[in-house]
Amino acid sequence: MKNENYLNLDFTDRLGDILIDRRDFLKSFGGGIFILMTISAPSVFAQRPSLPTDFNAFLRVGEDGRVSCFTGKIEMGQGVITSLAQMLADELDVDLESVDMVMGDTDLCPWDMGTFGSMSTRFFGPPLRAAGAEGRRVLLELAAEQLNEPIDQLVVENGIVYARSDNKKSVSYAQLAKGQKIARFASEKVPVKTPDQFKIMGKSYLRQDAREKVTGKAKYAGDVRLPGMLYACILRPPDHHAKRIAVDVSAAKEVEGVRVIEENDLIAVLHEYPDVAEKALSKIKAEYETPESDLDENTIFDHLVKVAPNGNVVAENGDLEKGKAEAAKIFKESFLDGYKAHTPIEPHTAVVHVEGDKATVWPSSQTPFTAKNEVAQALGFPAENVRVISPFVGGGFGGKTRNLQVVEAARLSKLSGKPVQVAWSREEEFFHDSFRPAAVVKIDSGVDQNGRIVFWDYHVYFAGERGAQHFYAVPNSRTMAHGSGWGGDPGTHPFATGAWRAPGNNTNTFARESQIDIMAAAAGMDPVEFRLQNMSDEKMRRVLSAAAEKFNWKPAKAPSGRGYGVACGTDAGTSVATMAEVAVNPDTGRVTVKRVVCAQDMGLAVNPHGATIQMEGCITMGLGYAMAEDLHFKGGRILDLNFDAYEIPRFSWLPKIETVIIDAKNDAPQGGGEPAIITMGAVVANAVFDAAGARIKRLPVSAERVKNEIKL
Amino acid sequence: MKERIKFTLNGKTTELDVDSDRKLLWVLRTDLGLTGTKYGCGEGFCGACTVLIDGEAERSCQTSMIEIKNRTVVTIEGLEKDGDLHPLQKAFMDNDALQCGYCTPGMILNAYAMLSNNPDPTEQQIIDGMEDNLCRCGAHKRIIKAIQVAAKSMGGF
Ligand code: FES
Ligand code: FES
Repeated sequence: MKNENYLNLDFTDRLGDILIDRRDFLKSFGGGIFILMTISAPSVFAQRPSLPTDFNAFLRVGEDGRVSCFTGKIEMGQGVITSLAQMLADELDVDLESVDMVMGDTDLCPWDMGTFGSMSTRFFGPPLRAAGAEGRRVLLELAAEQLNEPIDQLVVENGIVYARSDNKKSVSYAQLAKGQKIARFASEKVPVKTPDQFKIMGKSYLRQDAREKVTGKAKYAGDVRLPGMLYACILRPPDHHAKRIAVDVSAAKEVEGVRVIEENDLIAVLHEYPDVAEKALSKIKAEYETPESDLDENTIFDHLVKVAPNGNVVAENGDLEKGKAEAAKIFKESFLDGYKAHTPIEPHTAVVHVEGDKATVWPSSQTPFTAKNEVAQALGFPAENVRVISPFVGGGFGGKTRNLQVVEAARLSKLSGKPVQVAWSREEEFFHDSFRPAAVVKIDSGVDQNGRIVFWDYHVYFAGERGAQHFYAVPNSRTMAHGSGWGGDPGTHPFATGAWRAPGNNTNTFARESQIDIMAAAAGMDPVEFRLQNMSDEKMRRVLSAAAEKFNWKPAKAPSGRGYGVACGTDAGTSVATMAEVAVNPDTGRVTVKRVVCAQDMGLAVNPHGATIQMEGCITMGLGYAMAEDLHFKGGRILDLNFDAYEIPRFSWLPKIETVIIDAKNDAPQGGGEPAIITMGAVVANAVFDAAGARIKRLPVSAERVKNEIKL
Repeated sequence: MKERIKFTLNGKTTELDVDSDRKLLWVLRTDLGLTGTKYGCGEGFCGACTVLIDGEAERSCQTSMIEIKNRTVVTIEGLEKDGDLHPLQKAFMDNDALQCGYCTPGMILNAYAMLSNNPDPTEQQIIDGMEDNLCRCGAHKRIIKAIQVAAKSMGGF
């Protein structure tokens, strides 16, 4: 990212009390025009731990005319580096190339909660555009003065302001910003552009970071190399509940150039080469005591239902008893979904350099500001003495919201007096990942004679509320969430759990859309017609119809033998409908997904091309949890520790993918990085039922499960 | 055991005194500072560490230094010629064949070796050839497209 260009700024200059107010925050940025903005995500500011308190992103039009946007978001493949720049360039009337994104640097960028939940474009979009519009306004005011023309007689093109009457009368943004020091708040009084005025937004652009990434120049945390830096390998227990009872590090100490560091729970081997450190680590002998446990990927579900707290009502309407009385057919089902790993190809990595009472941190993290506080706390430093600089992140999917490795590197840097890199091995990544929680959904529902859903009683255990609420027109309905979709009280999950691309929603959508299909089949109706008949949500109807049209869906009652499936869902404000065609091998149960069509209404798609790529990514990644991914474990011992045991999607799995983005230019942009993944489990399960009459109620839809259920 | 190992790296003769059983991946990334070659699994499963050895795609996490003695190694840093990107690099850019970009160097080098053995592959041959390179972001569809475009523009290598 562009941060490197700023590394030579005087670091010490900006520490201490200087962050106290916004003028001071901006003091160190030199001249130019500054527009400050706030993100309007409601809960964000309540959590803000540090000053400044009234803005959390800003843009600068520098004295060279270049526009820089400073934001605490990071780029991990989702393409915000491009879509945020597009919004700004369009509002300011500059070309895309003259916008620099400075991201995730805790000294240069105001506080931000983190990059997750498809929030970047959603919450960042409107204020960013308002700031761009405000910036343009300030520049026009300055130009009006210089050119001696009224503002409404000025036009801007590519960063140059012209007089309408005489285009030889002109002045550039660079000239206007020269010697200025103007800071303004984005008032949102200056109108942003309407869709018909967009020149850059809504158009497709190639990634801004592509060249660095195809040449190997893009720097990820593990590529940060500092003079004197040591690589650390850390002693890990075999089980999350293991207690160390003896350890002997003497053989490791004998390896030339190795330093062994022990502090409380932390035992690490440091060396200037990571592979030598790893070898030395393997010489440490440690003994552990591990409690017995009969929890594994099969027994976990009963356990979860047993320990679950009483539910919260997520949504409720009508009277369930009345609905039950009206039902002609009642369906009582349970759906199961096991633990999933994030497995970004870049494991958690961090470099930390502690110098005196200051620390500089380069983490692979989705939450640089959280990392900053965690490091400060671990080292006993005031937060302002810690600077986090975000390199590119090699995939996050929610897993890199936790910064364990950053704290480890920080402690080891302090203890060793050297810059230290901690780069987890794949085994460590599997062990310390915060897995997507295993979960159970129990649904009781019924239809009347005419195939109308008359009641719906939904209980989700540990997938949480996200995506739990249905969007069907059901007169008597209750949705209850037992426990959160992130974790639970101690004793719930045998290891850490957390957010995984569209947390909880994958499980909720799998359960709901399977149940809907079960009812449609029993009612003898085509699953699309059944859905439309029970759906009043206009946006979802549009999306479903668009998918059906693209797919060329022809109504038939399932199982039709065609292998067609459908599933709908909502996430991060976006509605999505997915259709799939599968083939099932009758002898092995092996499922091949041949074709996936996905339609999505995400409001204004700022970069439709980027959104399409995100959808394709969701569909491809989603095949993994739908068909193969399921973590094997025994108590706190993780049994899948590399890609031989834990399968993720490969080239040969790739179906023909077709995407449709509904044109909704006048609506606010919604999330695009996650929605298309939520329907994948259900669409595959439903298509498999249509192909072979096999109803799979537990993810993944594995060959073995399908084989046992084949009816056709 | 330390040994003097001579090999050609990105067109330049290179000599190193290294422990001959150290893995090429770590020597590239640390001793030689070529960080474009990535670690993803350390066991030969993911392909993030792919380099070319005598023109063939090899997993540098599984390759000992002794094995490259007197051989030719090309890493992602060695594909650009006089500031010109290799057609595969261009095609990956133009076709958005990457998201986080972490698997990209390995993908490009694996495709490079594949195309040099089969300059005009069918889609199925591309899929088979790339099968053991993993991408978690789901860029597969565009990677296949990029390889097709590159194959065409290279006109048979
Ligand atoms: S790091 Fe070598 S194959 Fe994964
Ligand atoms: S682009 Fe992220 S792993 Fe392939």
